[in-house]
Amino acid sequence: MHIVFYRLVAVFLPLTILEILCREHVIKPLILPAPSRILLGLWSVVAKGAFNAAILKTLANVGLAIVLSIAVGIAAGAAIHRSRHLRALLEPLFSTYYAIPIYAFYPLFIVVFGLGDAPQVLIGFMLAVVSMIVGTLAGLDSVPAVLGKTARVMQLGPVKTLRSVTMPYAAPYLFTGVKLAVAYAFIGVIGAEFIMSGTGLGYEIRFAYDNLDNDVMYPLILLILIIAVAINMSLDRWDRVLKSRRERG
Amino acid sequence: MMRRIIYAHPAPFFVIILLVLWQIVFWLVGRNALLPPVETGLYLVSLLQTERFWGHISETGAAFVIALAIAVVTGLATGLALGMNRTMAEVFEPFLLAGNSVPKIALYPIVLLIFGIGMPAKIAFGAIHGVVPVAIFTLTACNNVPPILLRAAATMQLTRWDTIRSVLLPAALPDIFSGIRIGFSLTLIGTILGEMFGSQRGLGYLLMTAIGLHNVHVIMSVTLLLVLVAATANALLLAQDRRLRNPGGAPQEPG
Repeated sequence: MHIVFYRLVAVFLPLTILEILCREHVIKPLILPAPSRILLGLWSVVAKGAFNAAILKTLANVGLAIVLSIAVGIAAGAAIHRSRHLRALLEPLFSTYYAIPIYAFYPLFIVVFGLGDAPQVLIGFMLAVVSMIVGTLAGLDSVPAVLGKTARVMQLGPVKTLRSVTMPYAAPYLFTGVKLAVAYAFIGVIGAEFIMSGTGLGYEIRFAYDNLDNDVMYPLILLILIIAVAINMSLDRWDRVLKSRRERG
Repeated sequence: MMRRIIYAHPAPFFVIILLVLWQIVFWLVGRNALLPPVETGLYLVSLLQTERFWGHISETGAAFVIALAIAVVTGLATGLALGMNRTMAEVFEPFLLAGNSVPKIALYPIVLLIFGIGMPAKIAFGAIHGVVPVAIFTLTACNNVPPILLRAAATMQLTRWDTIRSVLLPAALPDIFSGIRIGFSLTLIGTILGEMFGSQRGLGYLLMTAIGLHNVHVIMSVTLLLVLVAATANALLLAQDRRLRNPGGAPQEPG
Protein backbone atom coordinates (compact mmCIF):
# COMPACT_ATOMS: atom_id res chain seq x y z
CA MET A 1 0.00 0.00 0.00
CA HIS A 2 2.82 2.34 0.99
CA ILE A 3 4.62 1.44 -2.20
CA VAL A 4 1.65 2.41 -4.37
CA PHE A 5 1.37 5.72 -2.50
CA TYR A 6 5.07 6.50 -3.03
CA ARG A 7 4.76 5.58 -6.70
CA LEU A 8 1.84 7.98 -7.11
CA VAL A 9 3.89 10.68 -5.39
CA ALA A 10 6.82 9.95 -7.69
CA VAL A 11 4.55 10.44 -10.70
CA PHE A 12 2.42 13.37 -9.59
CA LEU A 13 4.90 15.50 -7.67
CA PRO A 14 7.14 16.23 -10.70
CA LEU A 15 4.04 16.69 -12.86
CA THR A 16 2.59 19.25 -10.44
CA ILE A 17 5.88 21.14 -10.29
CA LEU A 18 6.07 21.15 -14.09
CA GLU A 19 2.46 22.33 -14.29
CA ILE A 20 3.21 25.26 -11.99
CA LEU A 21 6.46 26.15 -13.79
CA CYS A 22 4.66 26.08 -17.14
CA ARG A 23 1.70 28.14 -15.97
CA GLU A 24 4.05 30.72 -14.47
CA HIS A 25 5.91 30.79 -17.81
CA VAL A 26 9.19 29.85 -16.18
CA ILE A 27 9.21 27.15 -18.87
CA LYS A 28 8.06 28.67 -22.13
CA PRO A 29 5.11 26.97 -23.89
CA LEU A 30 7.25 26.84 -27.03
CA ILE A 31 9.50 24.37 -25.18
CA LEU A 32 7.01 22.46 -23.06
CA PRO A 33 3.26 23.08 -22.78
CA ALA A 34 1.72 22.47 -19.35
CA PRO A 35 1.13 18.74 -18.64
CA SER A 36 -2.63 19.34 -18.29
CA ARG A 37 -2.67 20.89 -21.74
CA ILE A 38 -0.78 17.89 -23.18
CA LEU A 39 -3.36 15.55 -21.63
CA LEU A 40 -6.26 17.56 -23.07
CA GLY A 41 -4.43 17.59 -26.40
CA LEU A 42 -4.10 13.80 -26.23
CA TRP A 43 -7.85 13.54 -25.73
CA SER A 44 -8.64 15.77 -28.70
CA VAL A 45 -6.04 14.06 -30.91
CA VAL A 46 -7.58 10.65 -30.17
CA ALA A 47 -11.20 11.87 -30.27
CA LYS A 48 -10.90 13.81 -33.52
CA GLY A 49 -9.41 10.79 -35.21
CA ALA A 50 -7.15 12.88 -37.46
CA PHE A 51 -4.25 10.56 -36.65
CA ASN A 52 -6.11 7.24 -36.66
CA ALA A 53 -4.60 6.30 -40.01
CA ALA A 54 -1.07 6.99 -38.73
CA ILE A 55 -1.72 5.11 -35.49
CA LEU A 56 -3.13 2.11 -37.35
CA LYS A 57 -0.23 2.15 -39.79
CA THR A 58 2.35 2.11 -37.01
CA LEU A 59 0.54 -0.58 -35.03
CA ALA A 60 0.09 -2.74 -38.15
CA ASN A 61 3.79 -2.47 -39.00
CA VAL A 62 4.82 -3.18 -35.42
CA GLY A 63 2.43 -6.16 -35.34
CA LEU A 64 3.83 -7.52 -38.58
CA ALA A 65 7.40 -7.15 -37.30
CA ILE A 66 6.44 -8.93 -34.05
CA VAL A 67 4.71 -11.85 -35.78
CA LEU A 68 7.54 -12.28 -38.28
CA SER A 69 10.26 -12.09 -35.66
CA ILE A 70 8.54 -14.59 -33.34
CA ALA A 71 7.87 -17.09 -36.14
CA VAL A 72 11.33 -16.78 -37.70
CA GLY A 73 13.03 -16.52 -34.29
CA ILE A 74 11.53 -19.76 -32.97
CA ALA A 75 12.16 -21.63 -36.22
CA ALA A 76 15.74 -20.39 -36.47
CA GLY A 77 16.35 -20.98 -32.75
CA ALA A 78 15.14 -24.59 -33.05
CA ALA A 79 17.30 -25.15 -36.14
CA ILE A 80 20.39 -23.62 -34.53
CA HIS A 81 19.80 -25.69 -31.38
CA ARG A 82 19.97 -28.88 -33.47
CA SER A 83 23.30 -28.08 -35.10
CA ARG A 84 26.29 -27.60 -32.83
CA HIS A 85 28.44 -26.30 -35.68
CA LEU A 86 25.95 -23.64 -36.67
CA ARG A 87 25.65 -22.58 -33.07
CA ALA A 88 29.39 -22.28 -32.49
CA LEU A 89 29.59 -20.23 -35.67
CA LEU A 90 26.72 -17.88 -34.76
CA GLU A 91 27.61 -17.37 -31.08
CA PRO A 92 29.81 -14.30 -31.81
CA LEU A 93 26.92 -12.76 -33.77
CA PHE A 94 24.53 -13.07 -30.82
CA SER A 95 26.98 -11.55 -28.37
CA THR A 96 27.71 -8.47 -30.51
CA TYR A 97 24.38 -8.06 -32.31
CA TYR A 98 22.81 -5.48 -30.03
CA ALA A 99 25.97 -3.40 -30.02
CA ILE A 100 25.56 -2.73 -33.74
CA PRO A 101 23.59 0.39 -34.68
CA ILE A 102 20.93 -1.37 -36.77
CA TYR A 103 19.47 2.00 -37.81
CA ALA A 104 22.61 2.57 -39.81
CA PHE A 105 21.28 -0.05 -42.24
CA TYR A 106 18.00 1.79 -42.72
CA PRO A 107 19.30 3.97 -45.57
CA LEU A 108 20.40 0.83 -47.40
CA PHE A 109 16.97 -0.73 -46.94
CA ILE A 110 15.32 2.38 -48.34
CA VAL A 111 17.59 2.23 -51.35
CA VAL A 112 16.85 -1.48 -51.86
CA PHE A 113 13.14 -1.65 -51.00
CA GLY A 114 11.94 1.91 -51.66
CA LEU A 115 10.08 4.16 -49.26
CA GLY A 116 7.19 1.79 -48.47
CA ASP A 117 6.45 -0.11 -45.28
CA ALA A 118 9.04 -2.81 -45.98
CA PRO A 119 12.14 -0.97 -44.64
CA GLN A 120 10.39 -0.05 -41.37
CA VAL A 121 9.06 -3.57 -40.80
CA LEU A 122 12.48 -4.97 -41.67
CA ILE A 123 14.23 -2.74 -39.09
CA GLY A 124 11.70 -3.76 -36.41
CA PHE A 125 12.10 -7.40 -37.42
CA MET A 126 15.90 -7.25 -37.37
CA LEU A 127 15.97 -5.71 -33.91
CA ALA A 128 13.41 -8.18 -32.56
CA VAL A 129 14.35 -11.50 -34.13
CA VAL A 130 17.69 -12.05 -32.39
CA SER A 131 16.24 -11.78 -28.89
CA MET A 132 13.63 -14.34 -29.96
CA ILE A 133 16.36 -16.67 -31.26
CA VAL A 134 18.38 -16.27 -28.06
CA GLY A 135 15.23 -16.86 -25.97
CA THR A 136 14.40 -20.01 -27.95
CA LEU A 137 17.96 -21.34 -27.53
CA ALA A 138 17.88 -20.69 -23.78
CA GLY A 139 14.48 -22.38 -23.55
CA LEU A 140 15.56 -25.48 -25.44
CA ASP A 141 18.78 -25.62 -23.38
CA SER A 142 16.70 -25.73 -20.21
CA VAL A 143 15.04 -29.04 -21.18
CA PRO A 144 17.01 -31.78 -19.38
CA ALA A 145 18.51 -34.23 -21.88
CA VAL A 146 17.22 -37.18 -19.89
CA LEU A 147 13.62 -36.07 -20.48
CA GLY A 148 14.19 -36.03 -24.24
CA LYS A 149 15.43 -39.62 -23.92
CA THR A 150 12.43 -40.57 -21.79
CA ALA A 151 10.09 -39.18 -24.43
CA ARG A 152 11.86 -41.29 -27.05
CA VAL A 153 11.68 -44.41 -24.85
CA MET A 154 7.96 -43.83 -24.34
CA GLN A 155 7.64 -43.33 -28.10
CA LEU A 156 5.93 -39.97 -27.87
CA GLY A 157 5.26 -38.34 -31.21
CA PRO A 158 6.85 -34.95 -31.99
CA VAL A 159 3.66 -33.02 -31.13
CA LYS A 160 3.21 -34.82 -27.84
CA THR A 161 6.90 -34.39 -26.94
CA LEU A 162 6.63 -30.70 -27.67
CA ARG A 163 3.51 -30.32 -25.55
CA SER A 164 4.37 -32.38 -22.52
CA VAL A 165 8.20 -32.22 -22.38
CA THR A 166 9.65 -29.27 -24.28
CA MET A 167 7.13 -26.51 -23.69
CA PRO A 168 6.79 -26.77 -19.90
CA TYR A 169 10.54 -26.14 -19.62
CA ALA A 170 11.05 -23.76 -22.51
CA ALA A 171 7.93 -21.59 -22.14
CA PRO A 172 9.28 -19.03 -19.62
CA TYR A 173 12.37 -18.40 -21.76
CA LEU A 174 10.27 -18.14 -24.89
CA PHE A 175 8.06 -15.63 -23.14
CA THR A 176 11.08 -13.51 -22.19
CA GLY A 177 12.09 -13.63 -25.85
CA VAL A 178 8.60 -12.52 -26.90
CA LYS A 179 8.64 -9.65 -24.40
CA LEU A 180 11.96 -8.35 -25.72
CA ALA A 181 10.86 -8.89 -29.32
CA VAL A 182 7.75 -6.75 -28.74
CA ALA A 183 9.76 -3.92 -27.20
CA TYR A 184 12.40 -4.04 -29.95
CA ALA A 185 9.79 -4.14 -32.72
CA PHE A 186 8.27 -0.94 -31.34
CA ILE A 187 11.63 0.78 -31.05
CA GLY A 188 12.67 -0.32 -34.53
CA VAL A 189 9.51 0.64 -36.41
CA ILE A 190 8.98 3.99 -34.70
CA GLY A 191 12.67 4.84 -34.99
CA ALA A 192 12.61 4.08 -38.70
CA GLU A 193 9.50 6.24 -39.13
CA PHE A 194 11.34 9.10 -37.46
CA ILE A 195 14.43 8.85 -39.60
CA MET A 196 12.62 8.80 -42.93
CA SER A 197 9.13 7.76 -43.96
CA GLY A 198 5.85 9.16 -45.22
CA THR A 199 3.39 7.72 -42.71
CA GLY A 200 3.03 6.54 -39.13
CA LEU A 201 3.24 8.05 -35.67
CA GLY A 202 6.97 8.68 -35.88
CA TYR A 203 6.52 10.62 -39.11
CA GLU A 204 3.62 12.67 -37.69
CA ILE A 205 5.69 13.65 -34.65
CA ARG A 206 8.56 14.70 -36.85
CA PHE A 207 6.18 16.68 -39.08
CA ALA A 208 4.68 18.43 -36.04
CA TYR A 209 8.19 19.20 -34.75
CA ASP A 210 9.24 20.72 -38.06
CA ASN A 211 6.13 22.93 -37.94
CA LEU A 212 6.67 23.85 -34.26
CA ASP A 213 3.21 22.39 -33.60
CA ASN A 214 3.63 21.50 -29.93
CA ASP A 215 -0.09 20.93 -29.42
CA VAL A 216 0.11 17.94 -31.73
CA MET A 217 3.68 16.83 -31.07
CA TYR A 218 3.56 16.39 -27.29
CA PRO A 219 0.23 14.49 -27.20
CA LEU A 220 1.53 12.11 -29.91
CA ILE A 221 4.78 11.51 -28.00
CA LEU A 222 2.73 10.83 -24.89
CA LEU A 223 0.56 8.42 -26.89
CA ILE A 224 3.61 6.41 -28.02
CA LEU A 225 4.96 6.28 -24.47
CA ILE A 226 1.57 5.14 -23.12
CA ILE A 227 1.16 2.43 -25.76
CA ALA A 228 4.70 1.08 -25.27
CA VAL A 229 4.54 1.09 -21.47
CA ALA A 230 1.00 -0.38 -21.38
CA ILE A 231 1.93 -3.30 -23.66
CA ASN A 232 5.13 -3.92 -21.72
CA MET A 233 3.37 -3.87 -18.37
CA SER A 234 0.55 -6.19 -19.46
CA LEU A 235 3.07 -8.69 -20.84
CA ASP A 236 4.94 -8.45 -17.54
CA ARG A 237 1.78 -9.11 -15.56
CA TRP A 238 0.86 -12.05 -17.79
CA ASP A 239 4.37 -13.44 -17.32
CA ARG A 240 4.00 -13.23 -13.55
CA VAL A 241 0.57 -14.93 -13.62
CA LEU A 242 1.97 -17.77 -15.72
CA LYS A 243 4.95 -18.15 -13.39
CA SER A 244 2.87 -18.26 -10.20
CA ARG A 245 0.49 -20.77 -11.81
CA ARG A 246 3.45 -22.98 -12.69
CA GLU A 247 4.86 -22.77 -9.18
CA ARG A 248 1.54 -23.84 -7.69
CA GLY A 249 1.78 -26.90 -9.94
CA MET B 1 40.60 -30.56 -38.72
CA MET B 2 38.53 -27.84 -40.36
CA ARG B 3 35.87 -28.26 -37.70
CA ARG B 4 38.34 -27.85 -34.89
CA ILE B 5 39.58 -24.57 -36.36
CA ILE B 6 35.99 -23.30 -36.63
CA TYR B 7 35.32 -24.25 -33.01
CA ALA B 8 38.47 -22.56 -31.78
CA HIS B 9 37.90 -19.31 -33.70
CA PRO B 10 34.26 -18.94 -34.65
CA ALA B 11 34.41 -15.15 -35.03
CA PRO B 12 36.78 -14.91 -38.04
CA PHE B 13 34.84 -17.63 -39.83
CA PHE B 14 31.65 -15.78 -39.20
CA VAL B 15 33.15 -12.60 -40.62
CA ILE B 16 34.25 -14.46 -43.75
CA ILE B 17 30.74 -15.85 -44.22
CA LEU B 18 29.26 -12.38 -43.78
CA LEU B 19 31.62 -10.94 -46.39
CA VAL B 20 30.66 -13.70 -48.85
CA LEU B 21 26.95 -13.07 -48.20
CA TRP B 22 27.50 -9.34 -48.69
CA GLN B 23 29.15 -9.99 -52.08
CA ILE B 24 26.27 -12.29 -53.11
CA VAL B 25 23.65 -9.72 -52.08
CA PHE B 26 25.57 -7.12 -54.07
CA TRP B 27 25.38 -9.31 -57.17
CA LEU B 28 21.63 -9.69 -56.58
CA VAL B 29 20.60 -6.05 -55.99
CA GLY B 30 23.16 -4.23 -58.07
CA ARG B 31 25.38 -1.20 -57.91
CA ASN B 32 22.55 1.27 -57.47
CA ALA B 33 21.83 0.03 -53.95
CA LEU B 34 25.04 -1.50 -52.61
CA LEU B 35 28.79 -1.53 -52.96
CA PRO B 36 30.82 -4.74 -52.81
CA PRO B 37 32.91 -5.30 -49.64
CA VAL B 38 36.32 -4.57 -51.15
CA GLU B 39 35.20 -1.33 -52.76
CA THR B 40 33.52 -0.19 -49.52
CA GLY B 41 36.69 -0.91 -47.57
CA LEU B 42 38.82 1.00 -50.07
CA TYR B 43 36.44 3.97 -50.05
CA LEU B 44 36.50 3.98 -46.25
CA VAL B 45 40.31 4.03 -46.34
CA SER B 46 40.26 6.96 -48.77
CA LEU B 47 37.78 8.79 -46.52
CA LEU B 48 40.04 8.15 -43.55
CA GLN B 49 42.81 10.03 -45.34
CA THR B 50 40.79 13.26 -45.55
CA GLU B 51 40.88 15.80 -42.77
CA ARG B 52 37.17 16.59 -42.98
CA PHE B 53 36.20 13.01 -42.22
CA TRP B 54 38.39 13.01 -39.11
CA GLY B 55 36.61 16.19 -38.05
CA HIS B 56 33.32 14.30 -38.13
CA ILE B 57 34.85 11.35 -36.28
CA SER B 58 36.30 13.50 -33.50
CA GLU B 59 32.99 15.37 -33.16
CA THR B 60 31.09 12.09 -32.74
CA GLY B 61 33.81 10.71 -30.50
CA ALA B 62 33.76 13.70 -28.16
CA ALA B 63 29.96 13.65 -27.91
CA PHE B 64 30.02 9.91 -27.27
CA VAL B 65 32.68 10.06 -24.54
CA ILE B 66 30.85 12.81 -22.63
CA ALA B 67 27.48 11.06 -23.07
CA LEU B 68 28.95 7.78 -21.84
CA ALA B 69 30.49 9.47 -18.79
CA ILE B 70 27.14 11.05 -17.92
CA ALA B 71 25.26 7.79 -18.52
CA VAL B 72 27.65 5.72 -16.39
CA VAL B 73 27.88 8.18 -13.49
CA THR B 74 24.11 8.87 -13.39
CA GLY B 75 23.26 5.20 -13.90
CA LEU B 76 25.66 4.05 -11.17
CA ALA B 77 24.40 6.69 -8.74
CA THR B 78 20.75 5.83 -9.42
CA GLY B 79 21.36 2.09 -9.23
CA LEU B 80 23.37 2.37 -5.99
CA ALA B 81 20.88 4.74 -4.35
CA LEU B 82 18.02 2.36 -5.14
CA GLY B 83 20.09 -0.74 -4.38
CA MET B 84 20.90 0.44 -0.85
CA ASN B 85 17.26 1.06 0.04
CA ARG B 86 14.66 -1.66 -0.38
CA THR B 87 11.60 0.63 -0.35
CA MET B 88 13.11 3.01 -2.87
CA ALA B 89 14.03 0.06 -5.08
CA GLU B 90 10.48 -1.27 -4.99
CA VAL B 91 8.99 2.15 -5.70
CA PHE B 92 11.21 3.05 -8.64
CA GLU B 93 12.05 -0.27 -10.28
CA PRO B 94 8.90 -0.30 -12.48
CA PHE B 95 9.81 3.16 -13.75
CA LEU B 96 13.26 1.96 -14.74
CA LEU B 97 11.86 -1.10 -16.52
CA ALA B 98 9.26 1.04 -18.28
CA GLY B 99 12.02 3.44 -19.30
CA ASN B 100 13.81 0.51 -20.87
CA SER B 101 10.84 -0.50 -23.06
CA VAL B 102 10.07 3.01 -24.31
CA PRO B 103 11.21 3.91 -27.82
CA LYS B 104 13.51 6.72 -26.69
CA ILE B 105 13.74 8.05 -30.21
CA ALA B 106 10.24 9.47 -29.64
CA LEU B 107 11.79 11.84 -27.10
CA TYR B 108 14.20 13.46 -29.56
CA PRO B 109 12.01 16.49 -30.39
CA ILE B 110 11.83 17.30 -26.66
CA VAL B 111 15.62 17.05 -26.34
CA LEU B 112 16.02 19.34 -29.35
CA LEU B 113 13.54 21.88 -27.98
CA ILE B 114 15.39 21.98 -24.66
CA PHE B 115 18.99 21.97 -25.90
CA GLY B 116 18.72 23.32 -29.43
CA ILE B 117 20.64 21.86 -32.35
CA GLY B 118 24.25 21.04 -31.56
CA MET B 119 26.60 19.25 -29.21
CA PRO B 120 24.49 19.34 -25.98
CA ALA B 121 21.48 17.73 -27.74
CA LYS B 122 23.55 14.81 -29.05
CA ILE B 123 25.16 14.29 -25.66
CA ALA B 124 21.77 14.31 -23.95
CA PHE B 125 20.34 11.93 -26.51
CA GLY B 126 23.25 9.50 -26.14
CA ALA B 127 23.10 9.67 -22.34
CA ILE B 128 19.31 9.03 -22.30
CA HIS B 129 19.90 5.80 -24.20
CA GLY B 130 22.77 4.58 -22.04
CA VAL B 131 21.67 5.50 -18.53
CA VAL B 132 18.76 3.06 -18.11
CA PRO B 133 20.62 -0.23 -18.61
CA VAL B 134 23.47 0.92 -16.35
CA ALA B 135 20.95 1.79 -13.61
CA ILE B 136 18.98 -1.47 -14.01
CA PHE B 137 22.09 -3.66 -13.97
CA THR B 138 23.54 -1.81 -10.98
CA LEU B 139 20.27 -2.18 -9.07
CA THR B 140 20.04 -5.91 -9.88
CA ALA B 141 23.71 -6.34 -8.96
CA CYS B 142 23.13 -4.70 -5.57
CA ASN B 143 20.13 -6.93 -4.93
CA ASN B 144 22.22 -9.99 -5.76
CA VAL B 145 25.00 -9.15 -3.30
CA PRO B 146 24.83 -11.82 -0.53
CA PRO B 147 23.14 -10.16 2.47
CA ILE B 148 25.76 -11.67 4.77
CA LEU B 149 28.40 -9.36 3.28
CA LEU B 150 26.28 -6.31 4.07
CA ARG B 151 25.61 -7.63 7.59
CA ALA B 152 29.33 -8.13 8.06
CA ALA B 153 29.91 -4.54 6.95
CA ALA B 154 27.26 -3.35 9.42
CA THR B 155 28.87 -5.40 12.19
CA MET B 156 32.23 -3.82 11.45
CA GLN B 157 30.50 -0.45 11.65
CA LEU B 158 31.66 0.65 8.22
CA THR B 159 30.36 4.01 7.14
CA ARG B 160 27.94 4.11 4.22
CA TRP B 161 30.66 5.28 1.84
CA ASP B 162 33.09 2.57 3.03
CA THR B 163 30.37 -0.04 2.61
CA ILE B 164 29.83 1.04 -0.98
CA ARG B 165 33.53 1.23 -1.73
CA SER B 166 34.85 -1.94 -0.14
CA VAL B 167 31.84 -4.28 -0.03
CA LEU B 168 29.06 -3.39 -2.44
CA LEU B 169 31.06 -2.30 -5.49
CA PRO B 170 33.56 -5.21 -5.51
CA ALA B 171 30.79 -7.76 -4.96
CA ALA B 172 28.56 -6.27 -7.63
CA LEU B 173 31.30 -5.38 -10.12
CA PRO B 174 30.76 -8.17 -12.69
CA ASP B 175 27.05 -7.35 -13.10
CA ILE B 176 27.71 -3.61 -13.11
CA PHE B 177 30.32 -4.12 -15.82
CA SER B 178 27.75 -5.96 -17.96
CA GLY B 179 25.45 -2.98 -17.55
CA ILE B 180 28.22 -0.61 -18.62
CA ARG B 181 28.95 -2.79 -21.65
CA ILE B 182 25.31 -2.61 -22.76
CA GLY B 183 25.16 1.09 -21.87
CA PHE B 184 28.26 1.62 -24.03
CA SER B 185 26.56 0.25 -27.15
CA LEU B 186 23.28 2.03 -26.52
CA THR B 187 25.04 5.36 -25.87
CA LEU B 188 26.84 5.02 -29.19
CA ILE B 189 23.56 4.28 -30.98
CA GLY B 190 21.88 7.20 -29.19
CA THR B 191 24.69 9.63 -30.06
CA ILE B 192 24.55 8.65 -33.74
CA LEU B 193 20.76 8.98 -33.77
CA GLY B 194 21.04 12.39 -32.11
CA GLU B 195 23.44 13.45 -34.84
CA MET B 196 21.09 12.23 -37.55
CA PHE B 197 18.40 14.68 -36.43
CA GLY B 198 19.88 17.48 -34.42
CA SER B 199 23.34 18.27 -35.70
CA GLN B 200 25.39 19.82 -38.46
CA ARG B 201 28.48 17.70 -37.80
CA GLY B 202 29.46 14.15 -36.95
CA LEU B 203 29.08 10.68 -38.47
CA GLY B 204 25.30 10.58 -37.96
CA TYR B 205 24.94 13.89 -39.80
CA LEU B 206 27.16 12.54 -42.57
CA LEU B 207 24.91 9.47 -42.83
CA MET B 208 21.76 11.59 -42.95
CA THR B 209 23.05 13.91 -45.69
CA ALA B 210 24.29 10.89 -47.65
CA ILE B 211 20.77 9.43 -47.51
CA GLY B 212 19.39 12.71 -48.85
CA LEU B 213 21.93 12.75 -51.70
CA HIS B 214 21.61 9.01 -52.30
CA ASN B 215 25.38 8.70 -51.93
CA VAL B 216 25.78 4.93 -51.59
CA HIS B 217 29.58 5.19 -51.20
CA VAL B 218 29.31 7.33 -48.06
CA ILE B 219 26.32 5.40 -46.61
CA MET B 220 28.12 2.08 -46.97
CA SER B 221 31.51 3.14 -45.68
CA VAL B 222 30.17 5.10 -42.67
CA THR B 223 27.92 2.13 -41.81
CA LEU B 224 30.92 -0.20 -42.12
CA LEU B 225 33.01 2.04 -39.87
CA LEU B 226 30.26 2.20 -37.21
CA VAL B 227 29.72 -1.57 -37.27
CA LEU B 228 33.48 -2.20 -37.05
CA VAL B 229 33.94 0.17 -34.11
CA ALA B 230 30.86 -1.09 -32.25
CA ALA B 231 31.69 -4.78 -32.78
CA THR B 232 35.36 -4.35 -31.79
CA ALA B 233 34.55 -2.35 -28.66
CA ASN B 234 31.89 -4.87 -27.69
CA ALA B 235 34.25 -7.82 -28.20
CA LEU B 236 36.90 -6.19 -25.98
CA LEU B 237 34.36 -5.33 -23.27
CA LEU B 238 32.89 -8.83 -23.49
CA ALA B 239 36.33 -10.39 -22.97
CA GLN B 240 36.86 -8.17 -19.91
CA ASP B 241 33.35 -9.07 -18.72
CA ARG B 242 34.17 -12.79 -18.88
CA ARG B 243 37.46 -12.20 -17.08
CA LEU B 244 35.65 -10.42 -14.23
CA ARG B 245 33.13 -13.24 -13.90
CA ASN B 246 35.78 -15.89 -14.03
CA PRO B 247 38.83 -14.49 -12.23
CA GLY B 248 40.68 -17.81 -11.97
CA GLY B 249 40.96 -17.99 -15.75
CA ALA B 250 39.73 -21.57 -15.78
CA PRO B 251 37.78 -22.53 -18.89
CA GLN B 252 34.07 -22.01 -18.39
CA GLU B 253 32.86 -24.96 -20.42
CA PRO B 254 35.19 -27.94 -20.19
CA GLY B 255 35.31 -30.11 -23.31
